[in-house]
Amino acid sequence: MTDRSLVQIAFYAALIAALGLLPKVAIPFMGGVPITAQTLGVMLAGVMLGPVRGALAVLLFLFLVALGAPLLAGGRGGLGVFASPSVGFLIGWPIGAFVTGLIMQQTRTLSVLPAAALAALIGGVGVVYLFGIPGVAIMADLPLVKAAIGSAAYIPGDLIKVAITAVVAETVARGLPRALISRG
Amino acid sequence: MISVYLPGASWIHRIPVRLKLLTLAVISMAILPVHDPAVLGAVLAGVLVLYATLGPEGLKQVTLLKPLVSLLLIIFLLHGIGGSWMEGLVAVLRLVAMVLLANLVSVTTRMDDMLEAVMSLFYPLKVFGVSPKKPALAVTLVIRFAPVLLSVYSSLAEAYRARTGKRGSWRLIAPFALQALRLSENVAEALTARGGAEGLAVETTANTAERRRMLKRNL
Repeated sequence: MTDRSLVQIAFYAALIAALGLLPKVAIPFMGGVPITAQTLGVMLAGVMLGPVRGALAVLLFLFLVALGAPLLAGGRGGLGVFASPSVGFLIGWPIGAFVTGLIMQQTRTLSVLPAAALAALIGGVGVVYLFGIPGVAIMADLPLVKAAIGSAAYIPGDLIKVAITAVVAETVARGLPRALISRG
Repeated sequence: MISVYLPGASWIHRIPVRLKLLTLAVISMAILPVHDPAVLGAVLAGVLVLYATLGPEGLKQVTLLKPLVSLLLIIFLLHGIGGSWMEGLVAVLRLVAMVLLANLVSVTTRMDDMLEAVMSLFYPLKVFGVSPKKPALAVTLVIRFAPVLLSVYSSLAEAYRARTGKRGSWRLIAPFALQALRLSENVAEALTARGGAEGLAVETTANTAERRRMLKRNL
């Protein structure tokens, strides 16, 4: 691993942390469910860094949280978050970033905007919920259907983040193309 | 604000970190399958007593649970509606006990000590030709990067407010992404110019001292 990729991984881990420190925004439709910008960082890590480095960036972020840094949205941190009902989502994040990066790599023929949107939708939303919902079901001892209902409220917010990810990827592809490492 | 650690010298603070982690793992595994509310209530009471032995400041750390309250309420409701309220109570009791117990380890262990304790997990990285010291350097970089990113964003937001009188906007995303990425490229170049990760991460104690200095600066 070169110094450059080490810094890139640390950079996106820090971005996920910084996004978690931004205040939560309540979306008016869907009964004002608070959404955090944190998973935006997870999607961006995959889209920009590609599968391996993207997943490593998310793992590094989770490692800091496990060490006790209160970097999860809402100032949560420490080992307690890995015993909370949302642990499945946390497990899904690095895998989601990996899949996001993989799709980004495999769709070189598409232009950046639709490719990033597709990658973030499948990896950053689909895969993350694939792990998150069973996680809620196990930790909260709920049937899968109820766990899915409880988690569904966050999906509209995640779709907004998919759109932002695509716009950022397109911007970077134009302004600083070498930073779009997944396509490099 | 950079850590949930509560400075102190209680008996829990003095237990070796690895023993604390091992105990946590064993107890968590043990209570995951428990369905008896009386047992879970007793476990929770025991955990609260442990917090109380840390003193009043320690007991206050129970509030780390606050961001979870609404989630726990939803879980309770989901259990109760078309199910059993008792099961909801059991699920919530178990979650509260497990989260509080895990947090107890974080509250009583300095981040540096936690990092030292788990460093040996990274030794297998050598097989892949990666220095096991790199994760420690990466942690240091993240701790330094996060506040820098926030300040890049806030200076952009300030300039935007001065021009338009409005608060931040999605329009800031593009300049923020480009500025922040250029910044990270400069850091990568600076790191290479100073001998690279290998050169920096050779001495663990020096590395630890550096990390502590950075933590202090960011507080």
